[in-house]
Amino acid sequence: MQLTRRDTLGMAAAASALALAPRSALAEIPMVGGPDEFLAGSAAGSGDLTLTAPEIAENGNTVPIEVDAPGAAEVRVYALGNPVPGVARFKFGPLAASRGAKTRIRLAGTQDVMAVAMMEDGSFIQATKNVKVTIGGCGG
Amino acid sequence: MAKGVKPRVKVPKSASAGEAVTIKTLISHKMESGQRKDGDGNVIPRSIINRFTADFNGENVIDVVLAPAISTNPFFEFEAKVPESGTFTFTWHDDDGSTYVQEKAIEVS
Repeated sequence: MQLTRRDTLGMAAAASALALAPRSALAEIPMVGGPDEFLAGSAAGSGDLTLTAPEIAENGNTVPIEVDAPGAAEVRVYALGNPVPGVARFKFGPLAASRGAKTRIRLAGTQDVMAVAMMEDGSFIQATKNVKVTIGGCGG
Repeated sequence: MAKGVKPRVKVPKSASAGEAVTIKTLISHKMESGQRKDGDGNVIPRSIINRFTADFNGENVIDVVLAPAISTNPFFEFEAKVPESGTFTFTWHDDDGSTYVQEKAIEVS
């Protein structure tokens, strides 16, 4: 294996993250990550994925959203204008009656909210919605 | 273990076999994002619920990974299929390693 500069930087970042983490946090905290990491190079088409979010959110601290993607195995939600884009990852088990869920999220300001669904056949679809936020929700 | 954490779950008491039931869950938790600063400019350390799972009789319904961008008092609404009478188990995993578990029985006729 040939090490590229990018690999080396990645490893250095991973190593320092490990070194900084307190011992108790080593018990594997799951991460949502960014959209590029989930898509891993494949392109997301459009399809039967509904992302419901208000057009204008008065309070960015609690913005109700809903995703619904019939036939999806996994849905991830990203807030592209937040300091950390990952919001949530929904994985549906054998007893999930619908491939959708509702929750409430924080938005730092007016931005695009994106949902990416991985279908059961491994293809991706995405939906984006712009939300105007009057008061940001990430503190400062 | 964070203070004042109280899970609340709404599950119908009865359903018919194979019916899709709507489940609402809420857990009171401050979900400190790790982005905020206190009065002296020090970053308040992150402390969130990082994972939530719902199972029915040991079979998974939904498995959610939460990022700091989930609001205070994380709320979820989703639908589950109930093939027979049994118990829902809801588990929330805190950043500090503790877990909060709530169980709800449902009668299927």
